[in-house]
Amino acid sequence: MNNITATKRTKRRYLSERLFKGSAIFALSLAASFLIFFFYTMISQGLSAFSQAEILVDVHYNESSKKSYKKAIAKEHRSIVSRGWTRTLPLYMEAHPEVMGTTTSEWVTATADVDQYLKGKPNRLKSKDKRKVDALQKEGKIKLAFNTNFFTRGDSKMAELAGIKSAVIGSIYVLIVTILIALPIGVMTAVYLEEFAPDNRTTQMIEVNINNLAAIPSILFGLLGLAIFINFFGVPRSSALVGGLTLALMTLPVIIITTRAALRAVPHSIREAAYGLGASKWQAVFHHVLPLALPGILTGSIIGLAQAMGETAPLLIVGMMAYIPDSPGSFTEAATVLPAQIFTWAGESIRAYEERTAAAILVLLSILLSMNSLAIWLRKRFETRW
Amino acid sequence: MINTEVGQTKININDLKLWYGELEALHGINLDIADKKITSFIGPSGCGKSTLLRCMNRMNDHISSCKIDGGILLDGQNIYDPNVDVVQLRSQVGMVFQKPNPFPKSIYENIAYAPRIHGIADKGADMDELVETSLRRASLWEEVKDKLHQPGTALSGGQQQRLCIARTIAVKPEVILMDEPCSALDPIASAKIEELMDELKDEYTIIIVTHSMQQAARVSDFTAFFYMGDLIEFGDTGTVFTQPQKQQTEDYITGRFG
Repeated sequence: MNNITATKRTKRRYLSERLFKGSAIFALSLAASFLIFFFYTMISQGLSAFSQAEILVDVHYNESSKKSYKKAIAKEHRSIVSRGWTRTLPLYMEAHPEVMGTTTSEWVTATADVDQYLKGKPNRLKSKDKRKVDALQKEGKIKLAFNTNFFTRGDSKMAELAGIKSAVIGSIYVLIVTILIALPIGVMTAVYLEEFAPDNRTTQMIEVNINNLAAIPSILFGLLGLAIFINFFGVPRSSALVGGLTLALMTLPVIIITTRAALRAVPHSIREAAYGLGASKWQAVFHHVLPLALPGILTGSIIGLAQAMGETAPLLIVGMMAYIPDSPGSFTEAATVLPAQIFTWAGESIRAYEERTAAAILVLLSILLSMNSLAIWLRKRFETRW
Repeated sequence: MINTEVGQTKININDLKLWYGELEALHGINLDIADKKITSFIGPSGCGKSTLLRCMNRMNDHISSCKIDGGILLDGQNIYDPNVDVVQLRSQVGMVFQKPNPFPKSIYENIAYAPRIHGIADKGADMDELVETSLRRASLWEEVKDKLHQPGTALSGGQQQRLCIARTIAVKPEVILMDEPCSALDPIASAKIEELMDELKDEYTIIIVTHSMQQAARVSDFTAFFYMGDLIEFGDTGTVFTQPQKQQTEDYITGRFG
């Protein structure tokens, strides 16, 4: 007679199974709750940066306001309108002489303190100005509008005018340099090591070193970039070129390792098929193996580049962590990048920078998330299953 | 040396020794392969039959630890001679593998690839014709003529293997090496491949490695029995299977070991 009811032994086995499952779920939910907390904080703090206080005032365009820009606006409003904005008026009048002698009613950028006061955040607005703002609010002459400055201007010492444009353009320049350097060199190195290199001590040494390089603290790559590119080759400091080259050094091992994994995933039978038909080694690799490994190579490279894009430490060393209000016009001009901009703003004492920091983090995160989604989509779309 | 009694010799294997690192896998093989006949290699796993097959189109070149001594003459020319071009050699000695391995490209591209790299046919009508004749020769044309531009990997296992044979004959080789071509196929698909081999032997010299003794008995004209890196017995298939000269051969074919 077989005993098919649960015994003490099987019960113990089920218990350990349940315990394992339970602790795994606990770990997972802990990680998820941190993530949710992080996103909640960033979104709740950052969203308000996408709106900005504007005031409806009369702007006087005439010779005296061209000489002294303060005079363009009525005295009572001068303390609540952004000085950064009124300062641009003489140049505007220079470019548009037809407005001279007119007075128009316009929505103009308010100071950061007015903005923070309207949003109910801590601010240093004087009580006199608070009363002005309250009065204007009753008349409907003050509002929170979409903050276009955040996307169309670079960094500024006046928080209400500070934007991410120069940092985004800097990031794009840096990424272009990184792609152009790291992708071809990384893929070619991986193809050589995986398909052509003889399996000897030298190759093994190179392999071990590449794997180690991938685990090196990124700030050391910054020091390497400083020593080689700036000191030895004389590449301009703070430029997108030196930043891109430094990040390329950092991304190379990642690209090499993922490319080799993608090449290794192509079954040996495909190489044999090509050799059996009289293809040379070069033809077997470039006609068959590499095209099949391409989706994997792209996925790995995009993830590596996304990592480089979010990198800050090595750029600190090569001088990209600086106050750079203007967008770079070339690869050799001083530039900053998005994570560096976040770092700079995070250190500012004025409260309006706080929400801008969170908003810039949201922008950076959405760029990185879309790059990673692109990688996943590419893999799903073009991957060959065996 | 064991000589074939009938027909001309296509490949002459001359005291061939092979090492994988320190391990000697073949201990001096002497064998003549008859032209336009089917020769089968049988023997238990690890006896060296696939290794020997892979020597004949120098596929072992890709294994860095592999060393060879002795010679293989194809039409009297040693294929291990330094001035032999391995690419040219493989266009004359084609190979079909154990697992069907079509390229993950269209059926048409699978056939057209090798003729293109060897300059046998170019684009257009020439290539279309070559693709059609190769597929017809491999008895696959009727099944795939309407889907030439669909991926070769979508075919059934048996069709894939015939596609691999078609791909091999598109290069117009003289010898076709088959390394257990039916081991991944069901009996019906295997029967089709065997039928095809019988048709192909008018034009090609075929050497097949097989684990199925029934298959060797059915398709081949000559059979070679290998054991532990030695050629134990070679001769006319009928003789080897009905009146083996050696005790080991008899033990193996009657299923006493292996």
